[in-house]
Amino acid sequence: MTEQTAGSIPRRPNKLIGMLKGVALIRESVVGMVGMGLILFWVIVAILAPILAPYDPLVQMTPFATPFTKAPEEFGGTFWLGTDHLGRDILSRIIFGAQRVLIYAPLATFCAYAVGIAMGLAAGYKRGWVDDVLSRIGDIILSFPILVLYVVIITTFGASGINIILAVTFASGPGIMRIVRGLVLDLRNRDYVAAAQTRGESAWYIMFAEILPNARGPLIVDACLRLGYTTITIGVLGFLGLGLPPPDPDWGGMINETRAMATFAPHMTIFPCLAISSLVLGLNLLADGLREVSLKD
Amino acid sequence: MVRDAASLANQPPVLEINDLNISYFTRAGEIPAVIDFSLTVRQGEAVGLVGESGCGKSTVANAIMRYLGNNGRIVGGTVKFKGRDMAELSEEELRQLRGSEIAMVYQEPMAALNPSLTIANQLIEVPLYHETDCTPEEAYQRAIDMLANVRLPDPERVMGAYPHQISGGQQQRVVIAMALLSNPALLLLDEPTTALDVTVEAGIVELIAELSEKFGTSMLYISHNLGLILETCNRVCVMYSGEAHEEGDIRALFDRPRHPYTHGLFGCIATPGTDKNAKPLTPIRGQLPLPHERPDGCNFGPRCDFFDKEQCGHGLIHMREVNPADNHRVRCARWDEIDWSTYEVKSDTREPLVPGEVVLDSDEMQKYYPVYDRSIAAMISGRSVRYVKANEELSFIARKRQTVAIVGESGCGKSTFAKVLMGLETATGGALTFEGADVSRQPVQKRSARQLGSLQMVFQNPNDTLNPSMTIGRQIARVIRKFRVESNADLVEERVLRLLDLVKLPRDFARRRPRQLSGGQKQRVGIARAFAGNPAMVVADEPVSALDVSVQAAVTGLLMDIQREYDTTLLFISHDLGVVRYLADRVVVMYLGQIMEQGQTEEVFAPPYHPYTEALLSAVPIADPNIEKKRIILEGQLPSVLNPPQGCPFHTRCPRKLGNICEQTPPPAVEDTEGHIIRCHIPLDELRAVEPVIRTAAE
Repeated sequence: MTEQTAGSIPRRPNKLIGMLKGVALIRESVVGMVGMGLILFWVIVAILAPILAPYDPLVQMTPFATPFTKAPEEFGGTFWLGTDHLGRDILSRIIFGAQRVLIYAPLATFCAYAVGIAMGLAAGYKRGWVDDVLSRIGDIILSFPILVLYVVIITTFGASGINIILAVTFASGPGIMRIVRGLVLDLRNRDYVAAAQTRGESAWYIMFAEILPNARGPLIVDACLRLGYTTITIGVLGFLGLGLPPPDPDWGGMINETRAMATFAPHMTIFPCLAISSLVLGLNLLADGLREVSLKD
Repeated sequence: MVRDAASLANQPPVLEINDLNISYFTRAGEIPAVIDFSLTVRQGEAVGLVGESGCGKSTVANAIMRYLGNNGRIVGGTVKFKGRDMAELSEEELRQLRGSEIAMVYQEPMAALNPSLTIANQLIEVPLYHETDCTPEEAYQRAIDMLANVRLPDPERVMGAYPHQISGGQQQRVVIAMALLSNPALLLLDEPTTALDVTVEAGIVELIAELSEKFGTSMLYISHNLGLILETCNRVCVMYSGEAHEEGDIRALFDRPRHPYTHGLFGCIATPGTDKNAKPLTPIRGQLPLPHERPDGCNFGPRCDFFDKEQCGHGLIHMREVNPADNHRVRCARWDEIDWSTYEVKSDTREPLVPGEVVLDSDEMQKYYPVYDRSIAAMISGRSVRYVKANEELSFIARKRQTVAIVGESGCGKSTFAKVLMGLETATGGALTFEGADVSRQPVQKRSARQLGSLQMVFQNPNDTLNPSMTIGRQIARVIRKFRVESNADLVEERVLRLLDLVKLPRDFARRRPRQLSGGQKQRVGIARAFAGNPAMVVADEPVSALDVSVQAAVTGLLMDIQREYDTTLLFISHDLGVVRYLADRVVVMYLGQIMEQGQTEEVFAPPYHPYTEALLSAVPIADPNIEKKRIILEGQLPSVLNPPQGCPFHTRCPRKLGNICEQTPPPAVEDTEGHIIRCHIPLDELRAVEPVIRTAAE
């Protein structure tokens, strides 16, 4: 044990490799791999949207074309998934819609996490009146029907990307706070926290350096799930006409615009629905996989 | 111990384990947990299974019950219970066997009982389930009788209670009663007293010995504590790294251990014969190999002084017969070559340290926690605030270079004292002078970097003491910067490395994370961190009680070495009197927030004793068959600190209680010799006449 006391320290192992190794563990879970595959599929689609999309998503061509219909001469190609009531190519709209979802859903979830973590850390670590006040605020928000909350926020401030982020942050922040608070209540009693206290560390340092990094496991799993919920939320908002303003392609909006015609042109509704569910399913499966891998030894 | 070996040898075997091999299948592949393990337990026999954590002793117990989990499997050998091969039983047959023929008692009594059912419900279930012709009335009667058998006072009341309404010791008695209700042929006890206080443990140990006598149940007693095994078992099997390394009748193995590991283990245990200066403990060098990194040949080889490449370095070493008369067998290729009489471990004796000036002076320090009662009745009567008297007028001093131990059972207030001293709580009365300044009401935020650095702490739980997401180097460096010992990055790093040298860890540990370290190594890092700010005083809160015996010796040795180098005062908080006797210069005995006795270690450990000290001493198991001990079992339970007894706090359990005076008047502090203070009503002369608890038997 004492052979190596002299000499300098060997080189630090590469951090990036360490992280990749962590990610690679997901390979041990079939479910996680399927989820990861679905998510990666949509990420790649979103990134390569301008290359992959056969048409401009806003251009109006033949309305109500069914899947596999040949496009008119001047546009060329095939409408693989058909067109909607305004003659826009559904495949192209779904591909560009992926971009919107994959920008706004993570952004909104991230903001909700920032707020939830800050509140949860403060409530769990400080306890006392801070905890009482923050927890009661959270309870009040959570006791509201969530959909009503969205409608109120969006109708008050108008439908825009920023307001969707605000609405999601406001509505899911308290839920995240509860999770973080619970984790902090456990972690704050660890000896390493006491050690930090006895050397006079500030509350900020203890919360962010000693406690938060050790809560990351359950939080990452929860973040995956919550990303799925946010995707649904954005879809729902679009469906209610409160989402991203038209004519930009938005999965929820696409369902909303075409639902009345679903009886005779179901392809216009079904494909955006499939897009949303496959992405949400991917996120849920990834969360399950992460949990499974983290419980294994 | 209970019955003689000769009569036991003729009893039919209840459990026969032959050449058992068990492996766990994990990410890293197949990991053998138990290798070539054979053991026979005969009718009425109590067999001890000792070993350090990870040696496979619990796996053996689980294999007997066929509870190996999803990834564990028996890969070779057989477990036979009453002649039937356990592997051939169906799930249904197993279910019938578990709980009726084989019963198990676990470490955590609270986890073994269902919190939402009354004790009665849980107890009567056992005969009702296992015996078809048993009526509920009959089951209830048997349950009550069994509760009386495990010496629970007022069985009727206990039957109606929920688990949380009775104390930990009582819970464990209920669990034992439950195990015995179906009159099992074999009782497996997996560390049954580890979670309990010593005085409670003593009661349970006596109970187990008594019950095995009364019911003739065979027992397999799993423990890490050799002293406990000595008190409860007829035969013992010592395991190391998945293998049984030595086995034999209790006296044979304790008097003439043959295996170098067993020998080393005894050298690590603080018994009354050891002394930190004249006869220090000798830790086993190196550390336990990880299950997938076991060496070829003898698993103990790399740590053994007698390792011989030719004889010990290849293949599986088999068990060899030493003496069939006392069932003595040993897994050592060279057992008959080693002459233990001439073997001398080079242990460096040290000069005793001379205590210097007073560093810490606690003067009637007092800490009360308010408890608010918000009920209407309390508001009307005006008694809405009650106080938990965690520390009541603690007065003692600690000098430079001295080791002062605070001992007492859980809830005695020893950790509260540490919290006040460290500034995590503030005192409600009295003074606490550290290096000339009163710190009793100075919370940690208001202390200077110098004050903080000169008063540091080593924590109990090695798995909790280090932040799992930071490297070791970063955690130590943070302390150095925080206490402004160094600020230049290179100098900080240099000092981190020197601290790692100090605690005898390789320098590349600076880049590792805590989960890559063993418990003992983590505790060393905790010590390095505490000493990073050149402290004048280090508070060690049970620093070794969560460690294995062989690691304990190394860590206590390390603490003493560093103390010597830095002239540090050590405040050692512990419930383990064995370690305290070995390590401390002065001892402070606490009970329910009050100091009952204090003095130099040798004074406290010899008459005159406070009756509580006497009971504590007799409760501690000693792993030395030549020591005779007086048995004092404390009756009753620890009173609540919220409602402590009037007069002397110990009067409710005191075996030497005088009468009314103990219940009404707080006892006076009587000074025996200078600095040896006993708080008791019994006159000193009478206490002096008490016969000592521990005597060395005539050789």
